Amino acid sequence: MSSIRIKAKERNGSVDVKTLMKHNMETGLRKKKDGSKIPEHWITDVTAESGGKVVFVAAFNTSISKDPYLAFKFAGKKGDSLTISWKDNKGKTDSAETIVK
Amino acid sequence: MDRRSILKITATLTAAAAATLAFPRMVFAAYNQKAFKNPKVEDSLNELFGGNASTPSGDIKLKAPDIAENGAVVPIEISTSMKVDKIAFMVKENPNPLAIVADIPAGTEPMVKTRVRMGKTTQVTAVVSSDGKLYTASKEVKVTIGGCGG
Repeated sequence: MSSIRIKAKERNGSVDVKTLMKHNMETGLRKKKDGSKIPEHWITDVTAESGGKVVFVAAFNTSISKDPYLAFKFAGKKGDSLTISWKDNKGKTDSAETIVK
Repeated sequence: MDRRSILKITATLTAAAAATLAFPRMVFAAYNQKAFKNPKVEDSLNELFGGNASTPSGDIKLKAPDIAENGAVVPIEISTSMKVDKIAFMVKENPNPLAIVADIPAGTEPMVKTRVRMGKTTQVTAVVSSDGKLYTASKEVKVTIGGCGG
């Protein structure tokens, strides 16, 4: 299952996108019981594409909360496809696709 | 050019084309290490926008709670009536202030909503770049329990 949940709804030519990505977003500041630091591990980049066009791009720092939530709006219509992908600092990526409602 | 080398080139080109088709195109914002892993707000802005001179603007709406009970999850929203190409958000006294940078291509509304971590009570600032100039909006957020770990 994809780590990304997307809700995309169109109203008056504008698509309202809400997305949740499942990711620990480890800051690198937390410590384990033995005092050693948990290495940082976080999503660095998020991209949204619709109809082969990039509609939103974001870069995250470790200060974005665990399981990041992101919302934005772009010009589109019902039935458009929307793909959201993320990449983390260890090079792992995931993506999910949805149809605008 | 003999027949053999032409065949070779054609084969290479076909393979390249197939590779492009096989993997979906993934475009990512250039995550800027220097801007993000930087304890100073001014240096981050320099790295991001090539300058840090900014003007406070009333046209930027920055929504954040007055008091955040849990610093690990502070909802924020930035929107503006200006035509912008980038929106950034900073938490002044976090170890690395810069939290998010969003690129706004044409056709996308200058709005972004997310949740950030805050270490302690401090000022949060939205920075937008419009027409090569930087505009800001700031707000003080009180944090009851810090959310940076430690």
